[in-house]
Amino acid sequence: MPKFIWLPGALALALSMPFPVWAASDADLAEIREQIRQLKESYEARIQALEQKLKDAESAKSAAAAATPATPPVPATLPASSTASGIAAFNPAISAVLQGRYANLSQDPSKFAISGFAPGGEIGPGRRGFSLGESEFAISANVDHLFAGNLIVSLTPENTVSVEEAYGIYTAAPYGLVPKFGRFFSGLGYMNEQHQHAWDFIDAPLAYQAFLGGQYANDGLQVKWVAPTDQFLEFGAEVGNGDNFPGSVRNKNGAGSGVVYAHTGGDIGASHSWRAGLSYLQTRAQDRQYSQLDLAGNNAQVGFNGTSHVGIADFVWKYAPNGNALQTNFKLQGEYFWRRESGDFTYDVDGALGLTSTSAYTARQSGWYLQGIYQFMPYWRVGARYDRLDPGHVDYGANAAYLDSPAFHPERATLMVDYTPSEFSRIRLQYGQSKTQAGMTDNQLFLQYILTLGAHGAHKF
Amino acid sequence: MKSNLQCLLAMLALAWIGPAAAALSVFATVPEWGALAEELGGDKVKVYTATNPLQDPHHVEAKPSLISRARGADLVVATGAELEIGWLPLVIQQAGNPKVQAGKPGYFEAAQQVPILDKPARLDRAEGDVHAAGDPHIQTDPRNIARVAGALAARLAELDPENAAYYQTRYKAFAERWSAAVARWEKEAAPLRGVAIVVQHKAFTYLIAWLGLKEVAALEPKPGVEPTTAHLSEVLATVQRQPVKMVIRAAYQSDRASQWIAERAKINAVVLPFTVAGDDAAKDLFGLFDDTVQRLLKGLQ
Repeated sequence: MPKFIWLPGALALALSMPFPVWAASDADLAEIREQIRQLKESYEARIQALEQKLKDAESAKSAAAAATPATPPVPATLPASSTASGIAAFNPAISAVLQGRYANLSQDPSKFAISGFAPGGEIGPGRRGFSLGESEFAISANVDHLFAGNLIVSLTPENTVSVEEAYGIYTAAPYGLVPKFGRFFSGLGYMNEQHQHAWDFIDAPLAYQAFLGGQYANDGLQVKWVAPTDQFLEFGAEVGNGDNFPGSVRNKNGAGSGVVYAHTGGDIGASHSWRAGLSYLQTRAQDRQYSQLDLAGNNAQVGFNGTSHVGIADFVWKYAPNGNALQTNFKLQGEYFWRRESGDFTYDVDGALGLTSTSAYTARQSGWYLQGIYQFMPYWRVGARYDRLDPGHVDYGANAAYLDSPAFHPERATLMVDYTPSEFSRIRLQYGQSKTQAGMTDNQLFLQYILTLGAHGAHKF
Repeated sequence: MKSNLQCLLAMLALAWIGPAAAALSVFATVPEWGALAEELGGDKVKVYTATNPLQDPHHVEAKPSLISRARGADLVVATGAELEIGWLPLVIQQAGNPKVQAGKPGYFEAAQQVPILDKPARLDRAEGDVHAAGDPHIQTDPRNIARVAGALAARLAELDPENAAYYQTRYKAFAERWSAAVARWEKEAAPLRGVAIVVQHKAFTYLIAWLGLKEVAALEPKPGVEPTTAHLSEVLATVQRQPVKMVIRAAYQSDRASQWIAERAKINAVVLPFTVAGDDAAKDLFGLFDDTVQRLLKGLQ
């Protein structure tokens, strides 16, 4: 069969067009147009001839197939696989996520705080008015017969670039082990591993914001092991540098954080499936500073040095009639967080008030959220979420002279409705009433879009 | 110390492999390949089927139960051609089972064994849920089942050489019965040749090509997009212009759009089992096509 050798030539011609046209007279233009027309006609004729040939061959083949119904297996030379050639054939899966939103917030977002909880990471409702969300760019592929790789870069609306995840997976490990290394979202809890655009609400639960600074990522190593049982049983362990909240950057050779978790789950009949898990994170913070209102009403700079232990219990239950989630389905999800921090606490670190004092410190705090999402007809879902934090018990030691143990319970109630016309787009309206500081209610209204282009995403449970 | 560790690991490995050798554990993504593996493997295989006939095999999540089953599998039998793209790669990656990674003998794709139809000329998501590799619903043509059976029997023999003769014998018996059945179905279905039909989702390309049916319209405006009132009205107009006999859909699809058009155009709404166990009569692969042909013939009346 003749090759389409003329194609590169036609392309080259098309590419070179702008230059001669620049200085061409009308007569030249007409001549060039005529040449192109002739070229086009001749190629169209050739393509038609080729198509006819192909058609003839196909009909001959299908006639032959009809004559011998149960044909023996044909060799695997008629594959569904891509026939792209050369270097392009090895292109990885590439996708991009575009997001944007409109926010109407009754309280000034720059004054956002969760009272009684040390701030860290990315917290708060974000800016008012129109804004771009994080644009995400993802590349993934098998590296070779031993490794798979994944890179997810986030472009922020402030025009900065951050590496959200960049990890390798060793795919040839025996005994059901899955080692992962690089930068990745930790496998603790249920929501932590999901990217923000896959969440059912525009923002993270308050517990994630208060205890993990939004989402916990680490640079390090993870090993997961799935037990060889019919009941799903998964165990995971991670070590990392522990740079992120509730830890902090420390100049240290060893591991800065450790995570262990266990997940189990399965199906109940054809319509129900579930997963539940327990996770534990231990990390250390060094000179973790923030500003806090003291008993005298001053904004004092305070600092914490010590150990942070976070425990999470999570569950998710999904229902779809006969397992067919297309028409209607329901999802219930909840997580309970618990954190103990102990170490040294310094009041007035910068000496601005002239009262610098360091004392022993212990805090035991907890929080939880519960959310339900119901798809009541194809494309349309409604959801409700309730968040609550317990300031628990904070022992400031000698610093109790300056600081009060928190008593306020931050809480938030959220409703949302979203429209998902395809697997690749979603538009969401969300309303929340957030009470994260005593005497302040923030009425939050969001309108958000999420568009995914490129490679087909994974349907994560 | 090191040799002790190696010894321990080797013992562990042996302990692991020991019981697994009893029967080949097969993870089939859809019921038709589960049924085929059972036909060919008999009591030498233990088959787990990941989806049921009332599920759209594309819209499945990487559920915990699927990960744990893929963990213990010796062979994954998938359709391929992007049908399971949303969940199977993730399940295999999370299961930590090197045997069933793509490219290994423990990973089998049925669509690689048959000529694929409907490869889109224009690859653009504006066209709906198009499959870049072509239509993956290959199981609606029984001649494809025969093609896949040959390759799958060879794969079973490759993975379990001890029982190679057993698989070959079963394959020969199956192929013989199957080819007789195909001849019978083709004879029975002769009145269907050239009959104009409407489909709900473009999922019957292979069935239509096999029986010589004529697809005049689809209820979905674009593949995978739910029927809209405006589009249904257009289809109704098309149907009223020509002698369409029936509208067909798979068991997992909602019946609303089919019923709507059937009532107004006075044509039959036919539900096809689409896969094994899609209805009570489609108990196995033979039953699947017995029932499919019977239901289509009934739709003629």
